[in-house]
Amino acid sequence: MELSKDIKEKEYTTLNLGPTHPATHGIFQNVLKMDGEIIVDTEQTIGYIHRAFEKLGEHKPFYQITTLTDRMNYCSSPINNIGWHMTVEKLIKAELPKRVEYMRVIIMELSRITDHLVCNSVIGVDTGAMTGFLYIFQWREKVYEIFEEICGARLTTNIGRIGGFERDFNEVAWRKIKSFVKEYPRALKEFESLLMRNRIFMDRTIGCGPISAERALNYSFSGPNLRAAGVDYDVRVMNPYSSYNEFDFIIPVGTQGDTYDRFMVRQQEMWESLSIINQAIEKLEKLEDKTSFHADIPDFYLPPKEEVYNDMEALIYHFKIVMGETDVPKGEVYHCVEGGNGELGFYLISDGGRQPYRLHFRRPCFIYYQGYPEMIKGGYLSDAILTMSSMNVIAGELDS
Amino acid sequence: MEKPTIDQIAASLKEKFGDSIIAQEQHYDFPVFIIKKEALFSIVRFLYDDENYQFRYLTTMCGLHYPDAEQPFGMMYQLHSLTNNIRLRFKAFTTKSDLQYDSLIPIFSGANWMEREAFDFYGFTFKGHPNLKRILNVEDMDYFPMRKEYPVEDGTRTDKDDTMFGRKAAAFKKLN
Repeated sequence: MELSKDIKEKEYTTLNLGPTHPATHGIFQNVLKMDGEIIVDTEQTIGYIHRAFEKLGEHKPFYQITTLTDRMNYCSSPINNIGWHMTVEKLIKAELPKRVEYMRVIIMELSRITDHLVCNSVIGVDTGAMTGFLYIFQWREKVYEIFEEICGARLTTNIGRIGGFERDFNEVAWRKIKSFVKEYPRALKEFESLLMRNRIFMDRTIGCGPISAERALNYSFSGPNLRAAGVDYDVRVMNPYSSYNEFDFIIPVGTQGDTYDRFMVRQQEMWESLSIINQAIEKLEKLEDKTSFHADIPDFYLPPKEEVYNDMEALIYHFKIVMGETDVPKGEVYHCVEGGNGELGFYLISDGGRQPYRLHFRRPCFIYYQGYPEMIKGGYLSDAILTMSSMNVIAGELDS
Repeated sequence: MEKPTIDQIAASLKEKFGDSIIAQEQHYDFPVFIIKKEALFSIVRFLYDDENYQFRYLTTMCGLHYPDAEQPFGMMYQLHSLTNNIRLRFKAFTTKSDLQYDSLIPIFSGANWMEREAFDFYGFTFKGHPNLKRILNVEDMDYFPMRKEYPVEDGTRTDKDDTMFGRKAAAFKKLN
């Protein structure tokens, strides 16, 4: 961009936004070059919470990597866990029962709702509407209670196993899931009516931090941010996994790629997720199989602990899996799932050993955060804050 | 327009780039092309520009290291044609003395940080990259941590010599 002469002669202010600043919702540093309140340029520094997951992944058996994936996008860790398990299942060519796939769909859509809910309510906070955030946050709590019922953990869930789940969903979990899908629409509707057609909110977000579809694609954006720019790329539809091809849902797309569109896309996706969960529950009820919750792959599926203590075979398999004595096929796989932020990919090279030979995570945040300077240039500082929270940049995923 | 097949793409790559396409493999659902690194940029450019193929989405890229191989270092690139829903993987291997690749930034702006990551972790350099510096690790780090010869434990730390856990044979010797 050629700067005009009077700008060239101007003096600029350098403003250090971050690394820790309450408005950035995470550890990001942006050194802003500012002309008054207008951002002229920015330099991003990332890596403040880099934990070398790819290196660690080369030294850990498959099951221990699940806990690493938790800590990437911690707003929707079940998607990361299940994505990783599906990668290993693809490598070992495991066949899963339909019931497990539908159960996984329920869990993944629930976590998509929590992810979008946090992001959208935080956009509200950054525009000055604290109420929505405080109100809607209890629904994240309710989803975490469901996760807790299923796997015992809330935030970093480590949910499931290679081949399915560690145990069947219990009665309480089902009751909580059903009451969530029944009651959440009312709360979501209320949240929507607070912001969606709110004049102040619309004035504040429309045209704030826009990106065109061409630029977004060129930056390899994915997920809601790409869809807000108008490209209908959704991994669930393009390369379906876990029986997503059997579900009926739409991909909401925006037109401007601005903060309002990103908000609206996420909002609509929550409705779609709810409908997917309802469809999954329906499909599960129609299934004849009412009991299976894991695939029949004793070489990889960790046996239940009580069997390990009382059953010879289970003890042997447990030992073999934990000590890495089972044969893993050699080969390389890439598997991607639609995470809360877009295409979350796992590139795994196996040399037959107990750990991956090489493990690479395609982290959507890391890739689309590059587009941030372009989106905030020429805008106000307060818009930059808003743009960042509407992009849902999660430090854990950014830095891996 | 009809969706091109992998064979068609392979044939047109072979026709256009000949010897630069070393091998074609299939790994699970992914077609993989082993290519010469000198041809990388023009291959990606060709696939991007071709109206029929439209590989206009760079999914990811990463470095590879096979210490025992003849060409121990390599880069992996994944392209996606969103209009045809075809994904391709390219691998270009090289020796330790020649770690320079062509930067893909003129085609994909998103390649910027991915290339910086590959530089940060493996030491690859990219010709034409405007800002090639470390991205996730500290800037004064003097090694490339994802190379196989570097242990998981930080080699620069001196405070971790707990011999009880067998972390370091050297530390054990020091005690005796």
